[in-house]
Amino acid sequence: MTDETAIVVESLTKKFGDVEALAGVDFQVESGTVFGLLGPNGAGKTTAIRILTTILPPDGGRAEVLGYDVVRDAQKVRLRIGMAGQFAAVDPLLTGRENLRLVGKVAQMPNDLILPRADELLERFELTDAANRPARTYSGGMRRRLDIAAALVARPPVLFLDEPTTGLDLHSRNELWAMIKELVAEGTTLLLTTQYLEEADRLAGRIAVIDGGRVIAEGTPSELKAKLGRSVIELSMADETDAFRAERALSHLGRPELDGTILRLPGNVPGGAMEVLRALDGAGLEPDTLMVREPSLDDVFLQLTGHKAERSELEDATVPVGGAR
Amino acid sequence: MSRTAAIPFTIPDERHGLGRIGGAISDAIALWQRNLIGLRRTPQTIVFSTLQPVIFVLLFRYVFGGAVSQTLTVPYVDYLMPGIFCQMVVFGAMLTAVGLAADLKSGMLERFHSLPMSRSAVLAGRTTADLTRNFFVVILVSIAGFIVGFRIHTNVFGFLAGMGLVLLFGYALSWVFATVGLAVGDPETAQAASFPVMAPLVFASSAFVSVATMPGWLRPFAEHQPVSVTASAVRALMIGNTTPGTSTATYVWQALAWLIGLIVVFAPIAVRQYRKAV
Ligand SMILES: Nc1ncnc2c1ncn2[C@@H]1O[C@H](COP(=O)(O)OP(=O)(O)O)[C@@H](O)[C@H]1O
Ligand SMILES: [Mg+2]
Repeated sequence: MTDETAIVVESLTKKFGDVEALAGVDFQVESGTVFGLLGPNGAGKTTAIRILTTILPPDGGRAEVLGYDVVRDAQKVRLRIGMAGQFAAVDPLLTGRENLRLVGKVAQMPNDLILPRADELLERFELTDAANRPARTYSGGMRRRLDIAAALVARPPVLFLDEPTTGLDLHSRNELWAMIKELVAEGTTLLLTTQYLEEADRLAGRIAVIDGGRVIAEGTPSELKAKLGRSVIELSMADETDAFRAERALSHLGRPELDGTILRLPGNVPGGAMEVLRALDGAGLEPDTLMVREPSLDDVFLQLTGHKAERSELEDATVPVGGAR
Repeated sequence: MSRTAAIPFTIPDERHGLGRIGGAISDAIALWQRNLIGLRRTPQTIVFSTLQPVIFVLLFRYVFGGAVSQTLTVPYVDYLMPGIFCQMVVFGAMLTAVGLAADLKSGMLERFHSLPMSRSAVLAGRTTADLTRNFFVVILVSIAGFIVGFRIHTNVFGFLAGMGLVLLFGYALSWVFATVGLAVGDPETAQAASFPVMAPLVFASSAFVSVATMPGWLRPFAEHQPVSVTASAVRALMIGNTTPGTSTATYVWQALAWLIGLIVVFAPIAVRQYRKAV
């Protein structure tokens, strides 16, 4: 470990009864970077976060934050971290400002710094107008922002966000992404988990793909994409019937992946895109669009895990058929 | 969105000179205040906590009172009120279970676990806030009692000492119900799970009727369980000794033994459960 390493995780294991939530996880996070833990539901992301934030003791292995062991030096770790869990943990009866003040207080901040810091965060997360309203009157997006603000009150150098944008609408999600980027620009080390490939791609400098309690791949987003090493042919058909017929017409080129009206094939099928078009023409089919593109994290995930990552409504909404990312 | 200049990260390594005990107290006060703000924003809690015993007072005083007063040497309402005070804090302790279960469910406890705060602060803050609530409810219910004819036979100090004992008893029960709340982890279940604990304590007791009226097999339990013992002590303090042979001091010592015993047993269990709760 170097001075520049903020988080070290080594052979971390955790079992719940028979369920192996973590089956030996290793990764390191450099100071001042964003590390994304990407995986589907049940992969072990929350368990990893809870161990790193001293909420849960590990069964085996070791985890350190800023050089402090999360078990032996738990209190030292707690003085250096902020955490926003998977579900916004704010007191519905307290106002936004009172929620932040409470956290500042029990985070052992000096009294005179708490309120200015709370107001600064309320403004930054666009909650100033709602600062004196009980949090039970907040929308989901506002609660989530308050929750993240609470994680930041004590100005922790290391921040953990567990699925920060899950359940948010598109607008709130984009806003939150902008806010997270700003934090990182200030030097905060961030470990975030996500089921959204696009989120990891956008925010994280490095990604560990986790599935079944194991890290199955790690690298920068482009490294991960490069692992797939080949382009993808993506076809968009007029409707699902056509897409289904196209799948059968192309079955001699390997197994195309069918996703609604979209078909995907490896870019290196014999004959390439020309052969695809010829086969479709032969079946009396014509694609709306055909494109050959770089593999996405989606493709990487599918290849690594053998199953699809949960897709966000966001991706479905922002990736136009046949359009480039 | 405003852009603020980056302020260097501050890592408080000490609790600002408060030390371990001072820090724990400061954390508990922060949680106590938080719970009282919540109580202020849900005034219906106080209203219903008061209404329930008041309805019991009216029912027992006017509906059942005639039937049970024959065996007594004092007016039934004077016998009843100390019992109502004890019953009331038993029912009130359920709110400790509900409050902690709600914090567990909402993820608040998870957040607190990740913060550098004392491990006992959440429980201390919750139980002391419930004590504060009981304080107000006890005042309101005694006013209702005085209106329907309750009279103190001893003196004001006896009355205040009795009130103090009731509040301490309620505080001890909060620790019992804290373990219930943390064990079930869901406010509705906490409420449902509390009832089977509360009902026998309250009804198989000398709170409303003399134990002498109960079947023989029930009497040993009914006589010695904490609600009866505390009710007898409060009665002795407020209306004097009704049973010859036992002094007020004996009753009070027995009651104190129960409530200290409850705290000594249940506080460590609750703290251990809190540590493992999330
Ligand atoms: N407290 C718990 N008790 C029992 N099983 C759990 C508990 N927490 C997590 N698990 C199980 O461990 C696995 C990993 O869960 P989790 O870390 O929450 O995954 P993720 O956050 O990636 O969705 C899942 O199979 C989950 O059901
Ligand atoms: Mg999770």
